[in-house]
Amino acid sequence: MVDFFTQHILSFAIWLPILAGVLVLFTSDDRKPDLTRWLALIGSVASFAVTIPLYTQFNFADGGFQFQEGFQWIQSFNINYHLGADGIAVPLILLTSFTTIIVVIAAWEVIERRVAQYMASFLIMSGLMIGVFSALDAILYYVFWEAMLIPMFLVIGVWGGQNRVYATIKFFLYTLLGSLLMLVAFIYLFHKTGSFEIVDYYRFPMPLEVQVLIFLAFFAAFAVKIPMWPVHTWLPDAHVEAPTGGSVVLAAIALKLGGYSFLRFAMPIAPDAAHHLSGLMITLSLIAIVYIALVALVQKDMKKLIAYSSISHMGFVTLGFFIFNPLGLEGAMVQMISHGFISSAMFLCVGVLYDRVHSRQIEAYGGVANTMPAFAAFAVLFAMANSGLPGTSGFVGEFMVILGAIQVNFWYAFLASFTLIFGAAYTLWMVKRVFYGEIANDHVAELKDLNKREFLILAILALLVLGLGVYPEPLTDMTNATVTQLLSHLSQSKLEVVTPVNTGF
Amino acid sequence: MENIRFDLITALPEIVVLGMAMVILLLDLFLKPSSRMVIYALSQLTLFVAAYMTLTTHTQSVGYAFTGAFVDDAMSDILKLMIYLGTSLIFVYSRAYIQIRNMFRGEFYALVLFSMAGMMIMVSGQSLLTLYIGLELLSLSLYALVALDRDNARATEAAMKYFVLGALASGMLLYGMSMVYGMTGSLNISDIDHALMQGTYYRSVLILGLVFIVAGMAFKLGAVPFQMWVPDVYEGSPTAMTMLIGSVPKIAALAFIIRILVQALPTLSVDWQQMLMIMAVLSIIVGNVTAIAQTNLKRMLAYSTISHVGFVLFGLFSASLNGVVSSLFYIASYVLMSVAGFGIIMLLSRKGFEADRLDDLKGLNQRNPWFAFMMLIVMFSMAGIPPTLGFYAKFTVLQAALQAGFVWLVVFAVLMAVIGAFYYLRIIKLMYFDEPTDHHQIQAPLDMQVVLSGNALALLVMGLMPQTLISICAYAIIKSLG
Repeated sequence: MVDFFTQHILSFAIWLPILAGVLVLFTSDDRKPDLTRWLALIGSVASFAVTIPLYTQFNFADGGFQFQEGFQWIQSFNINYHLGADGIAVPLILLTSFTTIIVVIAAWEVIERRVAQYMASFLIMSGLMIGVFSALDAILYYVFWEAMLIPMFLVIGVWGGQNRVYATIKFFLYTLLGSLLMLVAFIYLFHKTGSFEIVDYYRFPMPLEVQVLIFLAFFAAFAVKIPMWPVHTWLPDAHVEAPTGGSVVLAAIALKLGGYSFLRFAMPIAPDAAHHLSGLMITLSLIAIVYIALVALVQKDMKKLIAYSSISHMGFVTLGFFIFNPLGLEGAMVQMISHGFISSAMFLCVGVLYDRVHSRQIEAYGGVANTMPAFAAFAVLFAMANSGLPGTSGFVGEFMVILGAIQVNFWYAFLASFTLIFGAAYTLWMVKRVFYGEIANDHVAELKDLNKREFLILAILALLVLGLGVYPEPLTDMTNATVTQLLSHLSQSKLEVVTPVNTGF
Repeated sequence: MENIRFDLITALPEIVVLGMAMVILLLDLFLKPSSRMVIYALSQLTLFVAAYMTLTTHTQSVGYAFTGAFVDDAMSDILKLMIYLGTSLIFVYSRAYIQIRNMFRGEFYALVLFSMAGMMIMVSGQSLLTLYIGLELLSLSLYALVALDRDNARATEAAMKYFVLGALASGMLLYGMSMVYGMTGSLNISDIDHALMQGTYYRSVLILGLVFIVAGMAFKLGAVPFQMWVPDVYEGSPTAMTMLIGSVPKIAALAFIIRILVQALPTLSVDWQQMLMIMAVLSIIVGNVTAIAQTNLKRMLAYSTISHVGFVLFGLFSASLNGVVSSLFYIASYVLMSVAGFGIIMLLSRKGFEADRLDDLKGLNQRNPWFAFMMLIVMFSMAGIPPTLGFYAKFTVLQAALQAGFVWLVVFAVLMAVIGAFYYLRIIKLMYFDEPTDHHQIQAPLDMQVVLSGNALALLVMGLMPQTLISICAYAIIKSLG
């Protein structure tokens, strides 16, 4: 039994939350919501527990795929159920299973309608996203990637705000359009290589024109997901309308699916195109960092502000990818994980206020620190982390990317470092207007401070944000070998037939 | 004598179905209205017996009967089994619906069995004449079925439209066949193929004939620009008949196309490839874009059918074995999806209420979460979102087209699929995001609820494990054409 588990850790990580979700679904019809909640909590904690061995048993010296397992799934098209995770995937898998617990706890008394469907959606989504991070077969990956849209579509549409239908359909169609182009690229590669194994694609040489087309097809899928400017417009809508849990998952994990996929597909499959188009990618990233930060500055809605801030921070991730050096890449990885914690925390903070006052508008608040001192302390900490204060995780990633960028081009680093100013401006200005000053109105005056549940989740996130800020080694150690291997793969041209140095990439 | 015996055994399932249809027609005269369930049971039994015979007489080799006009090969056997299954589902789903609407009579079952016999003959047709007879038997039964509810003005109108346009299409088809006959001197599929290989024919005459044949087929299949009848007939017919028209006959129509285009006229593939390509592209555009504007569920599904037909043609115009297999796989998936979709419409309808407007689905998740979930699966499957069967249907067709080198057409089809996803999502939006306006309990017989759930769940299960169905389709095509 133990053997069976250690050989199939990734399968457990994928299917346990999905099964838990289906089980939760059967406690439907809201008669015993507490049973549903506890069941969902047990399911999410168990799902997190099975992902812990991915860290404890990880071989830090190996940059290739570990925990591999698989069997032939669809013979006619040579599609395999092939799983495996490397130093890039494992942190994101852990982030996913961890965030699911947070989401379940955060929804505890807040969601009263159709609790079972809500909890089940998040549990199933968690399994599907872990599937995306661990699939080594293109079609398996694609199935997880698309299937994840279904629960997210329902979460935003059923439990969302006023304009939820527009937001969720926009989200779905935007993502679907990009994904289908990626599917065409997969099918093309299949007919050229006779396989859907991602590793086979890494070794397959292609002329530059083909690589560029393939890269653009992937770009369509991933840029929408990250999202990069100018295809980001679905994100503010989706975030604003989504319930708190939906926003948390979108920001903490869904956006990372795009970033991860760039590293898994677009760059190693078409490395020459990635170099060829890196100017474009860097430009788009810098626009996201600078321009979107300015857009965030003028938002009146707190969730929208954090949504734009997410886009701006994800710009750092793509910038880190396309400067092709170890500092940039590792910085991007740290940034992804750190942003997962910080953005979850920020959205949870907005959720805390929204549950009490039912408004997300900044102007509806003022002087909250007077009535909710503990909450204000957390909120200020996360705001500082969001603007990149040293000592928090937000600083590490951004600083590494800026250091990496300065090695490539001074102006990239110069422009990117604007974010430290703009980020501080929009976040702290929001904090000032919401938390400080006189008590603005009766609603604020009646606010009650955090309850135990809210305190617990914010405290855990605060510890993680500080911990990663002070001591990021466990994360960077994990990604190090994989990043090195990836960069050596990216430095080899695939235009000519070359024998790859490593089998992993 | 030995020959006749062999002929009869080869066509045994058809003979059984036709015989039973007549028995049912006669028996109905002597039965009290209260004991009509006997007829229902007898019809299901007929399907079961026919399936048993098809299975037991199945061999890997190809058997010809009636001087080569009738064929029994792997493709015909498997397509027939699909037709039995589809028809059986239709019987289960429609029983309560036609009972309430006073159409629960022997005629319904006899006509459906006759139409099914027509489909079986089309599937097994090895001569242009046999194929045509099968098609006419199918079509005439369907015209009558649509008009079965005599006092329903809209149904009568739909039947009239269907008949006039269908007769026109049959005429075109016959005209085209006559030209092929004139050039090759034979009606037999393999003889035509041989004659064309010799290369002594007037190409222009043959192409003209081909145009008529393709037009006639497109009419029956409902491909653009011959789709005008589809929305009107779908909307006007009683839902039970719409379900029949929109599902199993497509299997027979595909067989018809495979027999004529792929088996008899492969020498002209360059020409029919272009025609199918244009029709496929137009069908996908018109079907997907027009469906967005519909408020009637049946009409919307009609346009959705048109776009699905476009995807089926996508597989066919690749003109490869891979392409034909993918088309068959698409049709098989489509039949399962559409039967389940119409089944849910009938499940929601009751006496004096058709549940055929989009708004009738509002808030279904609150009224009945289980069947809302079933409809969700069907809709995502139709939109081609994994992990449902519909995804693999689109996937196989697109990969066949890509293999044949039509990269940009595939990109185009994919963009259209996004547009198509919108109107399926709208249904899910109505079911899940809106409040219900209608609070009636769903009353449907238990067997229907169970089978319908199984049908919808099959779309999900086969979406996780599509290999079996792919293998069956590949076996059917490769044994017969390979």
